Amino acid sequence: MTQTRARLTARAMGTPLDRLDGTAKVTGTARYAYEQPFAEPAHLHPVQATVAAGRVTGIDTAAAEAVPGVLAVLTHRNAPRLAGTGDAELAILQDDRVAFRGQLVGGVVATTTETARYAAGLVRLTYDEQPHDVELRADRDDLYAPESVNGGYATDTAQGDVEAALAAAPVTVDRTYTTAMCHNNPMEPHTTVAVWADGALTLYDSTQGVYAVRAAVAPLFGLDAEQVRVVSPHVGGGFGSKGTAHAHVVLASMAALVLPGRAVKLALTRQQLFFLAGYRTPTVQHIRLGADLDGRLDAISVDAVSQTSRIKEFAEQTAVAARMMYAAPNRRTTHRLARLDVPVPSWMRAPGECPGMFAAEVAMDELADACGLDPVELRVRNEPAADPETGRPFSSRNLVACLREGARRIGWERRHPAPRSRREDGALVGLGVAASVYPVFWMPGSSARIRAGADGRYTVSIGAADLGTGTWTALTQIAADALDVSVERVDLRIGDTAFPRATVAGGSSGMTCWGSAVVHAAEELRDRYGHEPPEGAEATGDTGENPDTERYAMYAFGAQFAEVRVDADTGEVRVPRLVGVFAAGRIINPKTARSQLRGGMTMGLSMALHEHSYMDAQLGQVANHDLAEYHIAAHADIGSLDVSWIDEDDPHVNPMGSKGIGEIGIVGTAAAIANAAHNATGVRVRDLPITLDAFLA
Amino acid sequence: MEADITLRVNRETRWLTVDTRTTLLDALRDRLGVTGPKKGCDHGQCGACTILLGGRRVNSCLALAVQHDGGEITTVEGLADGPDLHPLQRSFVRHDGFQCGYCTPGQLCSAVGMLAEARAGWPSAVTADQEGPVGPGPVALSEAEIKERMSGNLCRCGAYAAIVPAIAEVAR
Ligand code: FES
Ligand code: FES
Repeated sequence: MTQTRARLTARAMGTPLDRLDGTAKVTGTARYAYEQPFAEPAHLHPVQATVAAGRVTGIDTAAAEAVPGVLAVLTHRNAPRLAGTGDAELAILQDDRVAFRGQLVGGVVATTTETARYAAGLVRLTYDEQPHDVELRADRDDLYAPESVNGGYATDTAQGDVEAALAAAPVTVDRTYTTAMCHNNPMEPHTTVAVWADGALTLYDSTQGVYAVRAAVAPLFGLDAEQVRVVSPHVGGGFGSKGTAHAHVVLASMAALVLPGRAVKLALTRQQLFFLAGYRTPTVQHIRLGADLDGRLDAISVDAVSQTSRIKEFAEQTAVAARMMYAAPNRRTTHRLARLDVPVPSWMRAPGECPGMFAAEVAMDELADACGLDPVELRVRNEPAADPETGRPFSSRNLVACLREGARRIGWERRHPAPRSRREDGALVGLGVAASVYPVFWMPGSSARIRAGADGRYTVSIGAADLGTGTWTALTQIAADALDVSVERVDLRIGDTAFPRATVAGGSSGMTCWGSAVVHAAEELRDRYGHEPPEGAEATGDTGENPDTERYAMYAFGAQFAEVRVDADTGEVRVPRLVGVFAAGRIINPKTARSQLRGGMTMGLSMALHEHSYMDAQLGQVANHDLAEYHIAAHADIGSLDVSWIDEDDPHVNPMGSKGIGEIGIVGTAAAIANAAHNATGVRVRDLPITLDAFLA
Repeated sequence: MEADITLRVNRETRWLTVDTRTTLLDALRDRLGVTGPKKGCDHGQCGACTILLGGRRVNSCLALAVQHDGGEITTVEGLADGPDLHPLQRSFVRHDGFQCGYCTPGQLCSAVGMLAEARAGWPSAVTADQEGPVGPGPVALSEAEIKERMSGNLCRCGAYAAIVPAIAEVAR
């Protein structure tokens, strides 16, 4: 079993190296999945269900097939049979059932995109339409408890006697909070180019994990893993939605099987992403806090309700952050799900923590109010000495330092405790705070290979991914330090199952898992060949095990502060300033890390003020399924964004001492903004997004 | 229906046959293999496909190729002068004005077009709010001006806070 021997000394790590893929990206030469050059590729356009529940009763493909240039029309009547149908999201075109509006029920392959799209519109399907049910409410009588929630966490937890503690508490908060359905919407829509040739399937796929796609696709088609190669060197964002294979990958693979030897290109449209690429479930969270007059928590109770689809369960771990965030002897959390006729929810940046910490951190602000306490001070008072749930010590926990530094940076002393105290240029102005947290995950199963080249160069290969996260650069810096050479002497190769196995870019775990594998490979190479290995010398290393994960609670923490201006006449909410201070272990590349954290906070602002997929109950679909109506933050929405971190030395997390930073930036932002809006106006918004009507009542 | 057209793409003449339904974006990406311009929405909602057409920024997904026979096009691939990057390209790398890079070709082309518009004195929705006289002559590009003028280019990675200073540095 591989275990790290020594911690890595930072030389390249910690330097703000420009992105190594930067020139390729600013010159347009970085090729994304769709852009792989092929002679005469075929183009695939999906056919989607136009009912939200029911069965396909009739299929007429004659008109589509008659269009010149159409090469194939796939429906459940003629599509290749899949070997495995256990995952009903992926087992498309196997029978006549429709589980949600927009589900894939066919596809047209043609010589051009225009022809494929036109002909797809000519495929006539008739349905036996059944009534659908797409409304999430916490008072439904059919909510159920899943076996566990995403991440493998327990569905429910209980410690002490919450009801008695709440009954006895002199101060309580008892409120319900909701977060909206949100769609990841990476800028690059999901694309797959599939080629079936010589008994092997090659997929150029826009994915966060080439091995995850291979593991999903190979068994579906009864192929050995080695018969499926997945390639994905550049990915145009993912935010979780490219973390698992979705049904379009299967459709593209089917089309390739039908047209052997020919590359089949499938680029989902922006509109299709709203049905086919996962999303963040809406949540309803009932939170009860009990505290003494000094604000010390005695009871924490969170009941979280979210939705899942009829065909595949996804249980957002909304309440898990409440289990470890603050000290309180009496605590309980529950998760319940409504199974609806909706598309399959999935990961979206910080699933669980992101919606959960919105509710929890607004509730904490309400508690501060109720106790007449400063919200920063309230959080400091409830710092636990160890993980309240497991009793394990934290490997490092610097929330208080983040709170103090953030307060200093935003000028917290200027905050008036009483709402509606500050008015400037026709706007009510307020400050707010919220805490951030994200776990450090250790996922075994990655390995890296290092090969010595000529002139003291090294090639480091691993099937990892860079979705904009900075992997090309940061992993090269880790490799350089692990080999004790300069970064110029390291050639990193990622994004291909031709390279050693890597876990998915998810859970902010990439650097921990891939970085550890690279470090171990370098140790192995140096052990075997010393510092001047002969050309061609090779060694591999695995992520291995970290026994400290059993001994310590490992999390990154942060504090987010917002200044909010609410127009006194129109209710328009603006956020001129956000300050985020994080404690995330060693920062491997300050330049790309700042972008990661800033990007998370920007998405958090977007969630706070804009993002809302409106479920049309009548039609059973998201009504605003494009970027004109599903608003995400644009240039003019972003004011000053101050991102920093405190020096944190954590010897337990991994050889680099780094924690993940991809997700923590979005955790807490929306709560800080809602709390600042309350400080500005006295209006407490408990439902996201925060829109102007809340302030005009 | 098909049509034969010519396009001048990055100073090179290209002959091609297009379906009359083909957008300029698809003509570039699918027919000519010029994949710098990106497709983010195909509906004029994101700006990823921004190119310079006759020196002005346009969403190429909203233009039909057949309408622009003989058009003079610059894509992100044509911004650099040989190996010398355009100052905006250098500035984006230095400021880390992107993460995944998928919106970047559009941001860059849009910024080039935007700087020319401001130089030509075109006002924006916020010009009247800015300090100083408004009138003929170049518009000074404050942060607010840049943000307003660049708001048609979405970045889901949230690189805005780095893109604006990257552009401001070049605008100076
Ligand atoms: S692809 Fe043209 S604006 Fe989005
Ligand atoms: S850099 Fe990814 S969308 Fe802008």
